[in-house]
Amino acid sequence: MATTVRDTIKEITRKHLSEGKGKCYGQCLTAVGWVGGTLPEMYEKDGMVEFSMADVAGGSIATGIALAGGRPMYVVRYQGFQWYNLVSVVNYAAKSKELWNRPCPIFVRSIAMEGGIGPVAGSSHHSLAHRMPGIKVIAPMTSGEYEYAYSCFMNDDEPYYVSEHRKSYDNTEELENIILPKADFTIFPISITRLEMKKLVDLAKQENIHLNIIHQLWIKPFNIPSSWKLALDNSRFGGLVTDDDYVEGTASSIANELSLATGKRVWTLGLEPRTAGFHPSVDNLPPSAEKIIEKLKQIKYGI
Amino acid sequence: MSNYRLEAFKKASFCRHFENQVYQAAQNKHIKFPFYLSAGQEYIPASIYTILERKGIDANVFIQHRGHSHYLCKGADPIQLIDELLGRKTGCAGGMGGSASIHSREKNIFGHDGLMGSQVPIAVGHAYETRKPTIVVMGDASAEEDYVLGALGWASTKNLPILFIVEDNNLSILTEKKVRRNWEMDNIAKGFNMKASSLNDSPLVIEMFLKDYNFEYSMLLNINTTRKYWHAGAGKDDDYTTQYEKELKSLGEEAQKIDEENKLLVEKLWQQQLEIQ
Repeated sequence: MATTVRDTIKEITRKHLSEGKGKCYGQCLTAVGWVGGTLPEMYEKDGMVEFSMADVAGGSIATGIALAGGRPMYVVRYQGFQWYNLVSVVNYAAKSKELWNRPCPIFVRSIAMEGGIGPVAGSSHHSLAHRMPGIKVIAPMTSGEYEYAYSCFMNDDEPYYVSEHRKSYDNTEELENIILPKADFTIFPISITRLEMKKLVDLAKQENIHLNIIHQLWIKPFNIPSSWKLALDNSRFGGLVTDDDYVEGTASSIANELSLATGKRVWTLGLEPRTAGFHPSVDNLPPSAEKIIEKLKQIKYGI
Repeated sequence: MSNYRLEAFKKASFCRHFENQVYQAAQNKHIKFPFYLSAGQEYIPASIYTILERKGIDANVFIQHRGHSHYLCKGADPIQLIDELLGRKTGCAGGMGGSASIHSREKNIFGHDGLMGSQVPIAVGHAYETRKPTIVVMGDASAEEDYVLGALGWASTKNLPILFIVEDNNLSILTEKKVRRNWEMDNIAKGFNMKASSLNDSPLVIEMFLKDYNFEYSMLLNINTTRKYWHAGAGKDDDYTTQYEKELKSLGEEAQKIDEENKLLVEKLWQQQLEIQ
């Protein structure tokens, strides 16, 4: 049976701690749910260290541990909490190597989810980290991608913002790109919107819309391989970046890069530009396959 | 007369003349960005590092702006600091750190990012990982940052080998402490079950608090001191008598000789570096 993302993270963490590569830090780690089942049942003596509930101090203490070479895995249970937790990661860890030649590698597990959790906790917030030089941002949604992200981190000396999503934790499949000789659009999905792509392709077929799908793992650094350029060049109407964050950030930045590289128009679709409420009627969720196909139809037919 | 007082004076005097030269260099437009002088407060680092040197303790030190005297008193290279203030690649932070973000790898002094008080939780994390003697220095204003308080609490909970030094000059830019708060840092630290005291910056008083301290636990010292220059060196505060002037007078001829030698030495170092194009 294929391994879930949840079990992959749990096993990576177990090895990180038991093989003495570093420790794991965060708030309420050893609680009933063990952060969505992604942590092994280990305690402080094993390297699973509980911080107090002081978010800004916690993120900064983790940064100090990284500065000392501790290779910390720092778990932030809701990405919205990064508005507090990320302060020293982006202002110290990301700058320390450039300013003082003192690397500060920290693996920030930043966990997104949606649905009834209100104006701050919900969705992804990788745009927060994206704008700062000296940090890498990656959004693994599969087991293979998570192992790759961790391996990159362990062979690197820079801080990593790992944009996770709870809805990916049950995923057992790797996600392959689809590139057609001629397409109407090339979709560049980020984070949990990637898991909508299967359904999107089916819906698109019903609408006689032909799609390239190019999954986005690395958010920063963002490099555009020639095969992506070619795919976008060969897309009749251009491209669309989908994200689980507000579009005024990562999605717009990536769309701009793609557009500059190809001259093609690249649209964005992410959270709606409004605050999320708790009730389903006022929530703000990432774009579904249905919403994406509507956007593509609007572009195709000029509606 | 105790050698300790003279040793501490030697460090303090070097710092005072160094800072006077920085001020002069700025007046002469050699320094082209904001700088933060530690003159007036130099007796805190001068005493601390004299005591630790005598004990053979080489602590990891986390400073923020107004940290020149900690850098110099711990024995870091003054020429690299001059070059840093002149924005040169040969500076202690490669010309990137200016006055506020200086560091020394050789002397285990860690630089500051510019967010007031951020050095406190970062130092706590570093101390947790290394378990080595650690000193973190903050002003009475940065001590008010919420994350400083959170970090104090965690350091106490984990019983880390860390000494928190609050250089309390009673001013944040020009706003007095009594306008900003009605509490004191030593009481806050005690509330976190940490050993803490409020004291003045006399070398003998600092010695009294540090002579038996070997970093077996976390401790906070709120040291009341006097700032000689404004927040960013743009002007001078009232002409207070600082610990340096008191010790110079009290220690007599021997101190005056040391002071004159330091003055000449520092002037020579600055002149030599300014002549390099």
